Amino acid sequence: MGSIIKNEENVAMRLNYTVDNDDFTRAGEASSKIKQMLKQLAIDANIVRRVAIATYEAEINLVIHSNGGTIEVFIKQDCIELYVEDNGPGIKDVSLAMTKGFSTATAVAREMGFGAGMGLPNMEKVSDTFEIESEVGVGTRIKMVVFYNTK
Amino acid sequence: MQIKNIAEIIKADVIAYETGIEHEVHVAFGSDLMSDVLAYVEGDTLLITGLVNHQVIRTAEMLDIKVILFVRGKRPTEDVIALANEKKITLMVTQKPMFTVSGLLYQEGLRGIEL
Repeated sequence: MGSIIKNEENVAMRLNYTVDNDDFTRAGEASSKIKQMLKQLAIDANIVRRVAIATYEAEINLVIHSNGGTIEVFIKQDCIELYVEDNGPGIKDVSLAMTKGFSTATAVAREMGFGAGMGLPNMEKVSDTFEIESEVGVGTRIKMVVFYNTK
Repeated sequence: MQIKNIAEIIKADVIAYETGIEHEVHVAFGSDLMSDVLAYVEGDTLLITGLVNHQVIRTAEMLDIKVILFVRGKRPTEDVIALANEKKITLMVTQKPMFTVSGLLYQEGLRGIEL
């Protein structure tokens, strides 16, 4: 842990949300607020959509897998940076977790329509840069960047 | 294809955001896995599903999906319907199973998404 560093330079606007674990009814509220804010700022619809998918997948992961965590959004001149951080339990094998179709989700999560093993790969797909680090017993951190003029 | 035409073809009831029935969709995607919906679907798509929880509405919201068809007689609870109304997402329900509605709509010219 420690390779992902928050780049706090030139942040025009900062949004911060706490996500509780196991709260399926509220899962998606943070992503919904982020999406509404980006729309209000008149950010391109395709960019808004990609950020919405990335934050929503992250939020669902926090609800399903973590002991609770945060989603932080840095809105900058040329990009949007997303930082997702949780308080554990951590991922044993990150490259396995990144494999499409691999999932350790509970039966409850599957009943909600998740746990298909698409979350992390999908977050990587919609972002321009994707970094993840995790340590068992400590937690997981993800940084995603979506630039305004790519994909 | 307009949402009201879809409702007519499969004899579905509109149960949320009826204002949206003039809206057009160009393709459809059927799945009970929201993970797959998030991975493959873009806006202007009809989502056909048998899942009726909050997360279906949230998934649609994130992807700008404007219409959801619930199959197999599944009916969402009032709070889920309220969330759809708030997000301006039209909800329809039918007793028919997913394969049957897909076939009927395909016959009338609606196609699936390209993967």
